Formats: sequence, structure tokens, C-alpha cells
Amino acid sequence: MTSLTERGGLTTGRPVGRAVRRATAGGLGEGGGAGLAFRLEGAALGYGRDTVLRDVELDVAPGEVMVVVGASGSGKSTLLRALAGLLPAHEGRILAGGEPVTSPSADRAMVFQDDGLLPWRSVRRNVELPLGIRGVPRRERRRAAEEWIERVGLAKAADRLPRELSGGMRQRVQLARALVGAPRAVLMDEPFGALDAQTRAGMQRLLLDVLRDTAATVVFVTHDVDEALLLADRVAVLGRTGVRAVLEAPDDAGTDATARAALRERILEEL
Amino acid sequence: MTGARTTRRPPVPAAPAAAPVATDAVIGTGAPATASADAAVDASVTGADAATDAATALAAGGTAGRAAVRWTTRAASLLVAAGLWQVLTVTDARLWLRFDRLPTLDEIAGRFAGQLTTRLYYLDLVQSLIRILTGFALAAVAGITVGVLIARSRRAGDVLLPLVEVVRPIPAIALVPIAILLFPTDEQGIVFITFTAAFFPVMVSTRHAVRALPTLWEDAVRTLGGSRRHVLWNVVLPGTLPGVFGGLSVGMGVAWICVISAEMISGEFGVGYRTWHAYTVVDYPGVIVGMVTIGALGWLTSAVIELIGRRVTRWLPRAEGSRR
Repeated sequence: MTSLTERGGLTTGRPVGRAVRRATAGGLGEGGGAGLAFRLEGAALGYGRDTVLRDVELDVAPGEVMVVVGASGSGKSTLLRALAGLLPAHEGRILAGGEPVTSPSADRAMVFQDDGLLPWRSVRRNVELPLGIRGVPRRERRRAAEEWIERVGLAKAADRLPRELSGGMRQRVQLARALVGAPRAVLMDEPFGALDAQTRAGMQRLLLDVLRDTAATVVFVTHDVDEALLLADRVAVLGRTGVRAVLEAPDDAGTDATARAALRERILEEL
Repeated sequence: MTGARTTRRPPVPAAPAAAPVATDAVIGTGAPATASADAAVDASVTGADAATDAATALAAGGTAGRAAVRWTTRAASLLVAAGLWQVLTVTDARLWLRFDRLPTLDEIAGRFAGQLTTRLYYLDLVQSLIRILTGFALAAVAGITVGVLIARSRRAGDVLLPLVEVVRPIPAIALVPIAILLFPTDEQGIVFITFTAAFFPVMVSTRHAVRALPTLWEDAVRTLGGSRRHVLWNVVLPGTLPGVFGGLSVGMGVAWICVISAEMISGEFGVGYRTWHAYTVVDYPGVIVGMVTIGALGWLTSAVIELIGRRVTRWLPRAEGSRR
């Protein structure tokens, strides 16, 4: 696991707080507009007739990185799928940007834990997919995809098929594919859960680096408390009964060991 | 098709042994903790390239020799069968089965050589091919369409499924009377029979392939803003191709059985008609020539389907260096 002091150390040496991200937003995420706010009001969520989560109350501010932690089976993925619009609420309301969420939208891109890449498309064509769906002309599509492929460090693998890539590389492609369409929110479902520790650390750094250039709201699901501490502006702790606590990560959690330890303690307490 | 893939894999070639090495190289150099992210990926890509090259080089060495052995085995299999036929017919063997009435290999070869110089032989051949390809093409389009519809739309399933399931058990060849009554010409009737024969395997395989599709791909496309139409073109059709080609392969086989049978019953041209005609005029070598022709054409068309299938499903995970 990477040490927390490395957080944000890739380019600026400064912690990546909300303030920093807001100040520097723009760049590659251009045209994506402001980040999307989410609100869950008394939401009951589940599959078919099974309700996994009840009375979920949660507010996600525009542009923040909200990390949802919880044990396996606590309904983290359910919550995320509901935000994506893949799962209707049994009760209550799910709002994105003040509007009820009824179906998936390009505004809320999702990164899956397992391979959400289309295995018959090359890296390049996978990244082009959201632009193709939107009807972006071929040349523009290609240019944008190439920019992102390079951004995630896969320029040399652009013509490969997903099966020819390692797990970490595939998640890089997913990240590029999610962000190429400049969505207003990125929903990430344990994207690094299946990676080995080294690769995961690399991916976390890449994610922080990439997020610096976008204003998109990020909802990131993980069962790894350290990962939450590293990435989060705020941490929502999910238990059997719903959202148990939403904890603010101090802007200097990256450098301040005491603050970090305190937050870690509180998360574990709530879990 | 999937079955064929597993069963026909060669026994432990050099390349699969190299495959894990390649994978390890990719993952191992995937992301050194200290290097920057970009540099890490560059390293991993280069590592993978090197490993893949190594695997290819390893594979190439044994490939030529192995291929030669396999082709010799294949040819030998046919030659032994032909040799057995020759022995049994030349000696007029009567071992409960009576081989004394069957033509010998040289008689057949002579007849075959003679046929190859006639225009009629090629006319028959082309006629049969046109019939089967027309019927098969229609069946492929209709089979895939109906299969996808039934699997993806509940309403379409309710309307089409009972109909399809009632007609499916009827052997296509039993539809000959209907075909004769229904269509103005025999030609159309034969194409109809061929179509019906090939339709069901394609439709059933497509339906199952659509049902077996992981929902993850569909979720991915939908969360990227894709509509049902986008899901159809970007996920359902490409994702079901492996299953669909299984159906096409079976469909082609059944189509040959039915086109030949239909020609025997009601044709005026075609390999099936010519074969039956040869029998009625006691030209036994001619019968065998017809049969060999049918076998060769069937094999050729199946091979073409197999080849196209392999091309369009190259994305499927398979053992590194495996060849069939």
C-alpha cells in the first residue's frame, strides 16, 4: 500500500482536497459542465423483491469525491447502481442534479470492478464507445480517445484487445472510457478491488491525478478503509441499516498523520 | 463450435507453456510502486511486447513440424477408408454386408474423371450451391432476427415462441408436399425446405446466446448513455456471435441434408437429383460420384463458416498459441 504522504505527490506535492480540485477543474474534462449533486431521500434499494438497503439518506455535493465504505454485502454496489439509474428505488427518491433518476445517462459514467470493457473492441474502440453513442464524428472521436488513452498511459496498447491486457491496464481503459465523454459524475464500483497491491497503488495515484483535471463528482465504492482515506473528500460508512455516518476528510488528511489516524479510527468504529 | 474448440486443441504444444510467462510479465511489471504511473505502463507494455514476441518465436519453431504431422494424419484417415473400400469391392466381399454390388475405386475414379469434363456436372453443382446458399442466407438472417427478438422482447416471445416451437419438431423434408402446393416453382420449394432446415438451429442458438450474455456489458453501454438500439448493435449482436456461429455451423449441415433430399424428390437439376437419377438408371459409380461431390461441397461450405466464425470471434479468450 502506498503511504498516505504520497497523496497528490505526483505533480504538485500538495494534498488533493475539494478546494484544490475546484480551483484547477477544467482541462481534459472540458465541456463536462459542473459536477452533479446526488441526493437520496428515504430510499429503499434492492433487486427484484429483495430490499438490501432501507431509509438511505445521503447528499453528495457537486465535484466532491465521496467514498462509500462498507463490509461485503452491505449494499455498496446496490447504492451505486441506484445512482447510475440501473436500479429503481423501491421507496423514496434518488435525485441527480435535482432531477429524479429514472434511467442510466451518459452524465453518470460507471467504472465496474470486473471487466466492463467490450471484449471484441480494441482499447481504442472501447474508449471511443461513449462518443460513438453520442454521434461524435469519427475523426473527433478518435482524437479524443487517443488523448485519453495517452493520459492513462496506454498509448502503446491502443490496438490491443482487452484479453491481451493485465487487470490494471483494463481498469485504466475503463477509466479513460468513463472520462472521455466528460461526464458530470463518475460512479466507481470497487474498481481496484481485484488488483494486486502494487498495481492498485499505481491506479490510485493515476485516479487522483486524472481527477484533478475534471470537475466531475465521484462516488467511489470500496471495502478498503485506506483507499477511502487516500481518495475521499468525504467518507460515507454503510452498515446493515443504511448510511451510518458521513465523515468529513480534513483537507490535509494526506499529510497530517494524526488527522488521518483519527478519521481511520472513526470509520472503523462506524463499521 | 465451442465444443470443437476444446476437443480439437492440440496436445500440449510449446506455446501454452509460454503463455503464463507472458501474463506474469505484464502483471509483474504492471506498476512499480515508485515510478510514475505513465512510466509504469510504458514498462508494462514493453514487457508484454517482449513476452508476446518470445511466445510467438517459441510457437513458430514447432509449428511447421506439427502442422505437417497433423495434415499427414488427416490425409491418412481418408486414404485408409478409401483403401478399405477398394479391398472390399475388388474382392467382391460378402460379409453379410454385400460389397460385390458396389463399384470399385477405379471405376468410381474413371466415372468421376469423365463427369468432370461434362458441362452438366458443373451445372448441377452450381444449381445446388445456389439453392443452398439462398436458403441458408435467408435462414441466417431470419434465425438471428427471430432468436434475438424472442430472447429480448417478452411480447415478441409470446407471439413467436409457440409458433416456432410447434413447427420446429417437423422435419423440413416432411414439408415437401406443402412446398410443392405452396410455391409456383420447384426451385422456390427447394429453397424453402433448405431455409426451414437451417432456420431452427440458427434461431435456437441465437436465442440461447442472447440469454447467456453477461449483463455487465449491457450495463456498461447503458451507463455510457446507450439506448436499446445501441445495446443491440454494440453488445447483443457482437456478443452472441460465438453462439450464433455454432448455430450457423449446424444449420449448414442440416441445410445440405435437406437440399439434397428435396432435389431427389422434386428437382430437375442439382447434385441430389443427379445422384438419384444415376441410381434409377443403374449407374452405381455415378451414385458414388454424386455422394462424394455432396460430401466435398458440404465440407467446403462448413469450413468457410468455421473460418469466418473464427475470424469474427478472435476476441474470445483462448490458450496462447492454440491452433485448430
